[in-house]
Parts: sequence; C-alpha cells; structure tokens
Amino acid sequence: MNRLLKSREPWLALAILAVLVLVTIRFPRFAQPGNLLTIFNDTSILMMLALGQMAVILTRSIDLSMASNMALTGMLVALANAALPEIPVPLLIAGCVTVGGALGAFNGVLVWKLDIPPIVVTLGTLTIFRGLAFVVSGGTWVNAAQMSQDFIQLQRGSFLGLPILSWFAIVVAILVYVLMTRTPLGRAFYAIGVNPVAAVYTGINVGRTKFLAFVLSGAVSGLAGYLYVSKYVIASTESAGGYELTIIAACVIGGVSIAGGIGTVAGALLGALFLGVVNNALPVIGVSPFWQMAIAGAAILLAVVLNASTERSKGRVILKQAEGMP
Amino acid sequence: MSDMTVTSRRLPDRLDTPLKSALKSWESLLVLVALAIFLANSFASPYFLNAWSLSDLTFNFTEKGLIALAMALVIITGEIDLSVASIIALASTLMGLALQYGADTPTLVAVGIGVGLLCGAFNGLLVTGLKLPSIVVTIGTMSLFRGVAFIILGDQSFKGYPKDFAWFGQGYVRWVISFELVLFLVAACIFHVLLHHTNFGRRIFAIGNNATAARFSGVRVERIKFVLFCLTGLMSGVAAVLLTARLGSTRPSIAQGFELDVVTMVVLGGVSILGGAGSIIGVVIAAFIIGLVTFGLGLLNVPGIVMTIFTGSLLIVVIALPILWTMWKERRA
Repeated sequence: MNRLLKSREPWLALAILAVLVLVTIRFPRFAQPGNLLTIFNDTSILMMLALGQMAVILTRSIDLSMASNMALTGMLVALANAALPEIPVPLLIAGCVTVGGALGAFNGVLVWKLDIPPIVVTLGTLTIFRGLAFVVSGGTWVNAAQMSQDFIQLQRGSFLGLPILSWFAIVVAILVYVLMTRTPLGRAFYAIGVNPVAAVYTGINVGRTKFLAFVLSGAVSGLAGYLYVSKYVIASTESAGGYELTIIAACVIGGVSIAGGIGTVAGALLGALFLGVVNNALPVIGVSPFWQMAIAGAAILLAVVLNASTERSKGRVILKQAEGMP
Repeated sequence: MSDMTVTSRRLPDRLDTPLKSALKSWESLLVLVALAIFLANSFASPYFLNAWSLSDLTFNFTEKGLIALAMALVIITGEIDLSVASIIALASTLMGLALQYGADTPTLVAVGIGVGLLCGAFNGLLVTGLKLPSIVVTIGTMSLFRGVAFIILGDQSFKGYPKDFAWFGQGYVRWVISFELVLFLVAACIFHVLLHHTNFGRRIFAIGNNATAARFSGVRVERIKFVLFCLTGLMSGVAAVLLTARLGSTRPSIAQGFELDVVTMVVLGGVSILGGAGSIIGVVIAAFIIGLVTFGLGLLNVPGIVMTIFTGSLLIVVIALPILWTMWKERRA
C-alpha cells in the first residue's frame, strides 16, 4: 500500500480523474462514455510515441527525431498510396514500420558505433528527416482525394466498440509492456539507465541495447506516421511539427526520469492521456485553445518537480557514490 | 559510454609546436569548411561576391549567434537551455504590449532585455534552486513562455514599431556593416575574454569537467550556473529586440525552431555537448558557416526546409568525421 502511494501512476490517474470531474461538474456531457472514448482515440498516437520515447530515455538517451520520422514515413506512405492504390493497406503499414525502424536504426548506429551523444545525432536527423519529407513530396500535399478509401477508413473501423486506432495503441502498449517486463532486452534498457558501468559487467552490450531502443522508437514513429496521415487525411511536410517535445513532455509528466532507468509503461500512457484530457477539456470549458501550450508547460514543470522529490528519496546509499566514477 | 572504455594513450616524445597544434585544432577544420563553402558559393552564384550580398548574409546568423555565445557557456557547464526561442517570443510579445501603452524606443529595448533576463533567472532558479535537470526544465519553460505569448496574442500580431526602433534590426553603422553584425562581434570578443581569460571562465570549464571536484575546490557551482542561465536569457532578450526590430512585427510564433539552430551552432563550433570543452572562436566560425550555407543555398533558390537537410547533415558529418578518422588511425596503429 505504501509503495502504491509513493509511485507516480495512481496520483497521475487521480489528477486525470480530477480534471474530468471538475469539467463534468460544469458540463455533464463531457464525461459521457462516447466523449471519453474519443479522447482516448485522439490520444492514441501520442501514447504510442511516448512508449517508444520511454524506451530511449530509459537508456539515458533521447530521440528528438520522432516527429520528423513520422512526417517522413507518413509522407512516403501517402505518396505510395496515391501512386499505387492497389497495394493493400496492411502491407503499407508494415512498410511504414520498416522504414521508421530503419530511420531509427540510422540514429542508433551513430550512437552505437560512433559514440556521438544521442541529443546531437537526433538534433541532426530531426532536420534531415523533415527536409527529406519535403524533397520526396516536392513541397506538395497529399490530400484526401488522392488517398484510397481503405487507407483512410482502416483506422476508423470499430472492433468491440473501440475504433481500430485505439486498438493500435492498446496492442503497442501490451507489446511494449511485455518487452519491458518479460524480456532480457527490456530489463537491459532499465539496467543501462540505472548504472551503465554495472550493466557492462553483467554482460550487457550497452551500445547495441541503445541501438535497439532507437530502432523501437523509430518503428513506433513509422507506425504513427501512417496513423497520423490517415487520421487527419492529409500528408504535408509540416505534419506533427514540434511534436517531438510533446512526446517528451508526456514521458516526463508520466514520471519517466530523463536521467534514465526510471519509468513505466502505465506512467507514460497516463502522461500522454493527461495531455490529451487537458487539451480536450479546454475548449469545453470555454478556454481558448491558445492556453494549451502554457498549461502543458506548467504541467511539465510541476511533473519534474514531483519526479525529483520522489527520485531523491529512492533507494539507499550503501557504498558512497560508486556509480559514474571512471 | 566513453567514460567506460579505457583507451590506451601513447605519450608523444615531444609536444607539437603551438602553430602545429593550432593547425590541427577543431577551429582550423571549421575555417577550412567555411572557406570551402565560401568558394562553392562564389562559383555557384554570380550574385554572391558582392558587398551587399555578404552583408545580407550576416543577418542570417547574428541573432542566433548572440544567443549561441551564451549557450556555449551553459553547455560547457554540462547544462542546456532549450527555451531561448520561446524567451524571444515572450519578450517580443511583451515589447509589443508595451508599445500599445505608448512605450518609446528606450523603454521597448529595456522591456525586451528585462523580460529575457527574468525568464533566464526563472530557468536558473528551477535548475539550481530545485536541482532539476535543465533539459526537462527548459522543455517545460519553452512551452510555458511561448504559451504565455499565445495567451496574450492569440492569432493577432503587434505592428507599428517606431522608426528609430527599427534601426536596431535594419540599421547600418557604416556602409554595409550592420548594427547587428557589430553587436555580434563585440559580444563575441567579450564572451571570448570572459570564457578564456578570466577566473569565471576557468570555473565554467571546471564545472563542466567535474562538478563535484569543482565544488570541493571552492567553486560555487550553483551560483555560476544561475548566472549563466540569466546570461542566456539576457542574450535571448537582446536577440528579441533585434529580431522584432528587423521584422517590424510580433507574432507568438516568432523565432520558432531557433533553439535547435542555436544548439547546432554551438555543437558545430566544437563545444562538447557533454560539457567541459569548447571555445568561443569555434562558435563564431560555426555561426558564419551556418550563415554561409543558408544564404548560399538561398541564392540558388533552394527552399528553407531543404537547407535544413544541409545544416543537419553538416552537424552530424562534422562531428562524425574526426571520430571516424581516429578510429581509422587506431585500427592502422
């Protein structure tokens, strides 16, 4: 019980609930199941991306290129669909995951083999990927008329009362949960983040593990690229501009420590949901959407203050500060 | 990673002469890159080699360069400030607001710089007072500062800045030498002296190399970091004045994406993103390189977004090449 109170997730869930209750008191229609499902569906893409980013952040890295990766893979898949509408959509989705994963692997190789700091690598690919999205499209948009019906409608179909888009998020969440808690690779992500030196001694290949984290975040970005394009039915170079920081914000709010090693799937999901709920609630209570950005900023700052206070009390120093020494 | 691999270092029989080690330095590599791009530009476009073209070129980097000077110091201490572009947005918005209340030019400048300083102090307080990681704090304030600008302005814009205010962004000191360029060069000299020739500068390097050891040797780590965040905010405020004066209007989306350009400049300039190493000269040359690349490509009618491919690749290639070079040499040895 004590442990439950100390962990982040219940409090975050309470905060989300509080927002829901407060808004519902004034606008009873807000909490209707249909609207809640819409919020979940609208946040699905952010949730997936937050999970990919979490894997990278756990290993003490950061991936700033996710939104650009989305824009590039989204543009490629939209162009492919416009040119050859007969290609089945599942094949296109598989292609997106592969291309996204390959872009992530490019980041990963630079981090692994050349030992360039991840923030520098992904800062570079952030601009490169988005620039390439412009080059492949020639600066034009791919709009609804050019996309096939299957391409647009797939995620709008429903299964057991939930839109397929939501199911994508649920399946990704389950897969990442299994990866994080039930596989050696998932445990290696945490081990590297907590103590990279000790991780080496336990036989973990730190560089390769980071590489795989980047492949994961890239593959998720690729999938999100298709979902984003087919959700908003437009592919442009500016798709998801500035989204990279929203993804990191979702992680931070969800209690993922930027210093690595700390973070849970549930936390990252709740962090994304919190942003989704707030963004959906603002127009309902009549606050201009221009407040969104400032509120997200304040939420990040509040979350990081809370993160810091919980992280500090965590664990007991047995040997004085052995970690980090060369 | 690098702190785990024990590399065997062979001691050279004798040190390189100062000239030789200067030639082998990062800065000389940057100068070579800059010259190559300059030559390529001269051949690629007939409009490039012209005093006014070259003067226009400098407007591409002076505002970002001013922030990069301060950002270099922050990054050398092992911190980062991603909120600089949002500070510009907020400072510019509040200048516009002051204008609506009939502020004159000196007041506008004071508001811009003052807001920048306060924003920087806010960052510094969170990072040093509450001991929070600067990357997360400044991602938060990045959203917060620009968010406040959006709350104030929405989809509106402020216009009608006085003529003498516009001089800061559009004026020339003499012939083709713009005020922005002079200010950048003067600031570069001041920062060079500050970082490389004062105790304060040595302490910055000490913190970046080993903050714990620095603290034990009496360096007030938190205070210096706080001052540096204030300084970065201040320079962002100055950049806000210049940019607002140059554009003649304020929108909340002003200077979007500047933070990444500034960090690119600093890292390209040879400042280690892990802290502890770097020089102001490198940053200044890197600023010129970014200006040369974007302006040269602009003359060739390359769209802005495609230019970012070049700057992004430049960043990765310039960092990767020396690493590949040493790996190749080690393999041969």
